[in-house]
Amino acid sequence: MPTTFFGWVSFLLKEYGGLFLSGTAMTLLVATTGTAFGFALGLLAAIVRCIELPHGAGAFKRALVKAANALLGVYVQVFRGTPMIVQAMVIYYGSMQYLGLDLDHTAAAILVVSVNTGAYMAEIIRGGIISVDKGQFEAAHAIGMTHWQTMTTVVLPQAIRNILPSVGNEFIVNIKDSSVLNVISVSELFFQAKSAAGTYFRYFEVFFIVAVIYLVLTLVASRLLRWVEKKMDGPENYVIYGSQTDSRAEIVVHGEGEGDA
Amino acid sequence: MSKVIEVEGLRKSFGSHEVLRGIDFSAAKGEVTCIIGSSGSGKSTLLRCINLLETPDAGCIRYHGKDILKDGVHLGQYHAKVGMVFQQFNLFNNMDALHNCMAGQMKVLRRSREESEANARKYLEKVGMGAYLAAKPRQLSGGQKQRVAIARTLAMDPEVILFDEPTSALDPEMVGEVLSVMQALAQEGMTMLVVTHEMGFARAASDQVVFMNDGVIAERGTPDEVLGAPKSERLRAFLSSML
Repeated sequence: MPTTFFGWVSFLLKEYGGLFLSGTAMTLLVATTGTAFGFALGLLAAIVRCIELPHGAGAFKRALVKAANALLGVYVQVFRGTPMIVQAMVIYYGSMQYLGLDLDHTAAAILVVSVNTGAYMAEIIRGGIISVDKGQFEAAHAIGMTHWQTMTTVVLPQAIRNILPSVGNEFIVNIKDSSVLNVISVSELFFQAKSAAGTYFRYFEVFFIVAVIYLVLTLVASRLLRWVEKKMDGPENYVIYGSQTDSRAEIVVHGEGEGDA
Repeated sequence: MSKVIEVEGLRKSFGSHEVLRGIDFSAAKGEVTCIIGSSGSGKSTLLRCINLLETPDAGCIRYHGKDILKDGVHLGQYHAKVGMVFQQFNLFNNMDALHNCMAGQMKVLRRSREESEANARKYLEKVGMGAYLAAKPRQLSGGQKQRVAIARTLAMDPEVILFDEPTSALDPEMVGEVLSVMQALAQEGMTMLVVTHEMGFARAASDQVVFMNDGVIAERGTPDEVLGAPKSERLRAFLSSML
């Protein structure tokens, strides 16, 4: 048996490397799909909550929108207002005992992370839509775009760019917080680590390794997100085609990039 | 001359404040109408009502004789035919100059990408922005933005263009470049409704000048009549304050 800290670390890595790896893969799967579904859910919720009915809208339409808004309000309040670890227990065991569903652990995990993230995303995206200048809506309406066209071609691209840092935040939170899903036996990183630690009772070394893995994951994720942000902003420079003396000239202009870091 | 836009008995209130108190006026094809008046007189609200960015409370707006609020006029098509240029430019911030001029053509007029791009290039060239196709709005000066905004409107092949104080947000040295584009349009026979504080432009380019005061049209006539020989004390005071 190893006697030093590093001895134990390398021993455990050799012994349980596969376990750590599969745990990491599961954590990433749950975090990415959960964030993606949560984003889609939040987008839908935010768009519904941002619907502004014209003055002439009928009573039925009005009631429908009101009901949808109330329902979404409850959804956001419930899933933001309770811990994810509790939501996991309620959804997993609830669906088993009362709906007779034997949810696959992975499916249950993705479901829990998605609806939880969706509740946060709904508010983040709504904030993003509100932050887009009203003139953008007006200009789009003034050239004849419908509400839907305005949203998809003009408003949402800007809103999503603005909220990208917050979305990245949610992703990073999900990488870490998916660890609570060990309570419903999802074989993510923390769950795998527990079983690895239990065999030799080397809790410190195992969780040291796990901490390093989480740190690497979140570091890479934040770098990736910065890169995506840069990509979305497009080039800071642009080309002017043709000068006064030479119509084929291309002059590269270095943009100021107001407000962009 | 046939009337393109007719406004009758138009009223609009915001809360308890009545901004438009019964407006009647019309613009014929190819006519340039300048709407002048002090701030708060309802000029911009009038334009915004004609464009339906605001819903009028009463009265009617007719486009080629058809009531746009009633007669089943397709609003998307109407908006395409009646373009608007804003004080704050309102270029789509997520697109470069070229795509700003293409989006409406593709989405609203359902033109092909190639046709839209050719049109966009043509009109950007026309307003002297042909070299800046790839520039994002944040990389352009105010005058450049406004010229792109005019190209964006022109690319929809509008019949009427509404200008809502197009030069008010510009630095003085950029006003000229935008006004000369507008002057060229006027000479080509574009029907234009222009809310402006540029009296020189009103005098030189317009066929009729409308003076608004307190939500009503106080005086209306040729530039010589309204600007040269104002009838009311109110208009005289306004004009002398503009010098």
